[in-house]
Amino acid sequence: MTDRNNIPVTEDELHAYVDNELPPERRSDVEAWLSTHPEDAERVRSWRAMADALHARYDQVANEPVPKRLELERLMQQPRKWLYGAVAASLLAFIAGGGAGWIAHGVAASPSNFQSFTDDALDAHRLYVVEVRHPVEVPGNERAHLQAWLTKRCGWNVRAPELDATGLKLVGGRLLPGPSGPASFLMYESASGERFTVYTAKASTETTQMRFTTQDKDGAMFWADRGVGYVVSGTSDRERLGQVARLVYDQSDRAEKNGR
Amino acid sequence: MSAFRQSVEAMIPALRRYARALARDADIADDLVQDTLVRALRSERLFLGGDVRSWLYTILTNLNKNRRRSLARRPQFMPLLENNPDASGTEAEGRDIARALSTLVEEQRAVLLLVMLEGLSYREVADIQGVPIGTVMSRLARARAHVKASLEGARPALRRVK
Repeated sequence: MTDRNNIPVTEDELHAYVDNELPPERRSDVEAWLSTHPEDAERVRSWRAMADALHARYDQVANEPVPKRLELERLMQQPRKWLYGAVAASLLAFIAGGGAGWIAHGVAASPSNFQSFTDDALDAHRLYVVEVRHPVEVPGNERAHLQAWLTKRCGWNVRAPELDATGLKLVGGRLLPGPSGPASFLMYESASGERFTVYTAKASTETTQMRFTTQDKDGAMFWADRGVGYVVSGTSDRERLGQVARLVYDQSDRAEKNGR
Repeated sequence: MSAFRQSVEAMIPALRRYARALARDADIADDLVQDTLVRALRSERLFLGGDVRSWLYTILTNLNKNRRRSLARRPQFMPLLENNPDASGTEAEGRDIARALSTLVEEQRAVLLLVMLEGLSYREVADIQGVPIGTVMSRLARARAHVKASLEGARPALRRVK
């Protein structure tokens, strides 16, 4: 042992040794110290094991494919959180504004039924539209399965409309409890992350006109058709939302006619 | 894509790893990464050279601090199970280390992860946390002692076999 070894090694130096922060000329001193101080050697060993355990647990996260929502191209165009609030808000507007009109429209539309319809839609949005990683139960690439499943469970012909013409791709859908039986919930997304949702549930009104309601940046188009209520929510840009809603309407209409 | 964006993009996997260990919940972790990236892209013009890596870790660390501050005002719920337990052979060990991490105070956990998992220097961590190097070292020492005790307490059967 050399004289230098008489300079005691501090705890700070042990940490610095493990983290490669120690001046190189001091390393051999520390190594000599460890050979004669088993308790310190044990601490150093445990810290290294700790680092190994951290890497064993978390390195796999770095090796996962990067989720789509973290792609820079997407993030550069996507306004983030307001969008989720927006959809919920659009439903609030739906209840507050247009809802009254719909209630007034049909004699058969009892307020309680209508209330629960919108409550369910609102709950659904609160629950799922904020969900970033798992917004849907069945992904859009299983469209045929999604449609067959929702049709079977809901009892009317559920078609996920093709909205590519408006730049929207099907994210997927899920089944929800509606006011009087199941409801279907479909989510669409544009390349820039703009999201639209289509909620359908059994309505107590047979048929209504399409109505529009807006609040701040958010809008909703809603109507009833052959006893099924539709709510298309998204942007407050009436032209844009109307374009989407019109496509949904046309395709559900066609699907019904073909189905009969 | 600009050089700046390329260097940001190259950091995404490491940021996700750090965030996962820091926040422990997979969804919250990716939210943190997403917010970090959005903020970084928005501030591209404000970034006047320097180390993109340290800068991104700084943003993420601060965002997490803010998140926890706002959480502190609400009642706390502890998850019964890890959100994403790994399916690898090191599962038991991985859960232990995750549990040990969860018992650390925020600044200590950040120091421990930045040094031991992300391989940053004491100097870089001091800059990220805005504290002197001495503070980083004492936080690291306390964190290591705490995690060591926690791991040994959790697995008495595996305590040193001589």
